[in-house]
Amino acid sequence: MAAIWSNPDFQFVLWAMVKIVVILFTMLTVVSYMIYAERKIAGHMQARVGPNRVGPLGLLQPAADVAKLFFKEEFTPEGANKVVFTIAPMMAVIPALVTFSVIPFGPQDAFRVTDVNVGLLVFLAMSSLGVYAITLGGWSSNNKYALLGGLRSSAQMISYELAMGLSCIPVLLFAGSLSLMEITRMQGHWWFVATPFGMLAFMIFMITALAETNRAPFDLPEAEAELVAGFHTEYSSMKFGLFFLGEFANVITISCIAVVLFLGGWNGPWLPEALKFLWFFAKLGVLLFFFIWIRWTFPRLRYDQLMNLGWKVLLPVALGNILLTSAYLWWRAQG
Amino acid sequence: MIPLAWMLGLSAIVFVIGVVGVLVRRNALIIFMSIELMLNAANLAFVAFAREAKSLDGQIFVFFVMTVAAAEVAVGLAIIVNVFRLKETVYVDEINLLKG
Amino acid sequence: MTPALFIAFGAMLVIASLMVILHRNPVTSALFLVVAFCSLAAIYLLLHAEFLAMVQVIVYAGAIMVLFLFVVMYLNLKHDVEHGIHLALRRGTGWILGGVLLAESLWFFGHRWAAGPLAPEEALATAGNTEAIGRVLYTRYLFPFEITSMLLLVAMVGAVVIAKGRGPHVERGRPPQGAPGAPAAPADRQETA
Repeated sequence: MAAIWSNPDFQFVLWAMVKIVVILFTMLTVVSYMIYAERKIAGHMQARVGPNRVGPLGLLQPAADVAKLFFKEEFTPEGANKVVFTIAPMMAVIPALVTFSVIPFGPQDAFRVTDVNVGLLVFLAMSSLGVYAITLGGWSSNNKYALLGGLRSSAQMISYELAMGLSCIPVLLFAGSLSLMEITRMQGHWWFVATPFGMLAFMIFMITALAETNRAPFDLPEAEAELVAGFHTEYSSMKFGLFFLGEFANVITISCIAVVLFLGGWNGPWLPEALKFLWFFAKLGVLLFFFIWIRWTFPRLRYDQLMNLGWKVLLPVALGNILLTSAYLWWRAQG
Repeated sequence: MIPLAWMLGLSAIVFVIGVVGVLVRRNALIIFMSIELMLNAANLAFVAFAREAKSLDGQIFVFFVMTVAAAEVAVGLAIIVNVFRLKETVYVDEINLLKG
Repeated sequence: MTPALFIAFGAMLVIASLMVILHRNPVTSALFLVVAFCSLAAIYLLLHAEFLAMVQVIVYAGAIMVLFLFVVMYLNLKHDVEHGIHLALRRGTGWILGGVLLAESLWFFGHRWAAGPLAPEEALATAGNTEAIGRVLYTRYLFPFEITSMLLLVAMVGAVVIAKGRGPHVERGRPPQGAPGAPAAPADRQETA
């Protein structure tokens, strides 16, 4: 029995499991409190108070939400493909949570699950897999509104994925590595957003992030007034809860990546090494507030305006940004 | 640490599953998917040999195979969609206009 | 631990591939193919080809299979109906030929390479897999790289042209009445959503 504990493979797996559990539960708590924060901030922006009944200042609202969703009736529409109908919400949550395994929350080994040397590609891969949830959810519901919403949304996500990937490339050019830990270390002195190319890339990334996560002003596929509820029309109870959770988990994942790529990750003055993750969470909070702020400020884009923006504006600008960045780096290497 | 024979054996098994899929199924889309399985089995063999010979040429070839497969899928699916529009079927043994 | 993981992902790959060709519903086949691609990506990770593993997920599982799913949904296929003795004969022949090919290839690979020396875990130099691939791709394989980009452009244009139909009066959907092979049903078709 003692031999197992000294086996290095076993120790490696155990340590990884502990880190996974801690980081996963932390981020799930952040997700549920983001739901609370959204409702509170939305309330204040609309000159009302927001939830304040459940617990002090309404802080137990997420628990109440989960309990409510849990007790709703769970049904599957007639004629729906039952297996795919059940799998689609899981596909919404899993890619977002898998990305948390490559994000460095702090400089030490305890603050990240792993450091693959293609970390940025893991994020892009997981966001590619996120399209399945919406496509399958919309199709498997056996409902025209769901199908239309699902197809629109997946077309939107695929289009903006391109611009998002291209906007990450200037960061890659500056840092010289795909590993997220390496990118964060390279920003020790100045954050990438402080350069003009980085600022442009950051703006493109944030706009495409809004479109990728189906947040307003790009949330036509789930707009209540237009398409009933889009691809999650027929979902109820915990399956809807998973879609809901998946959307917010996606927002947090993309914000974490934006913090790592553009805002310097855990870099910041005054704090010791062990507490640098507080800088990360502070920057994450600012970006999440930004997402919520945009949602409750801007009107929705019409679908053709949305696709126009993605293909005819953001894609050429992102490509141009890559050209300019490479030209600048080549010129800097000359002189 | 993984023996080359295992990787080649796996590649052979997946390739044969793809071949059987092409021979057995009538649905053009499933046949297409079996072709993708065959391509991926070949990719696995390439990567296995790249590791064995400690050179990156195998991995570069896999990169190109993936690109060409993507292009092939796009055009092939467009053709299937067009054929479906004309004949209302995707079963390959019902598309027999040239049959004498 | 690596051989155990390899066996696990290899088994997942084989089972998923079998389900692709055996299942009657095309959507389920497509989803099993996604599982097969993701397990293949995991095997690439075990073989130290991280860049290829991620490109496999992004390109195959994330783009090509989404395209497949779109087409399957557009064609609105029901479960495959297979019956008839000709079909059973052909399927039987297919399985037998597949079995023969498998036996032959396993004998060949096992016979030739089972006793050979195992490749030691080589320590890749300071450059990671991505950088090494980039170095080779842009120097020695630059010409195929550029040609492949032309190929992709041609495929893009070609797919759009083929799928769109021809002429300014392209009739999307059924061919017009009276054309050979057109169904004889009346025009209530237009009312379906």
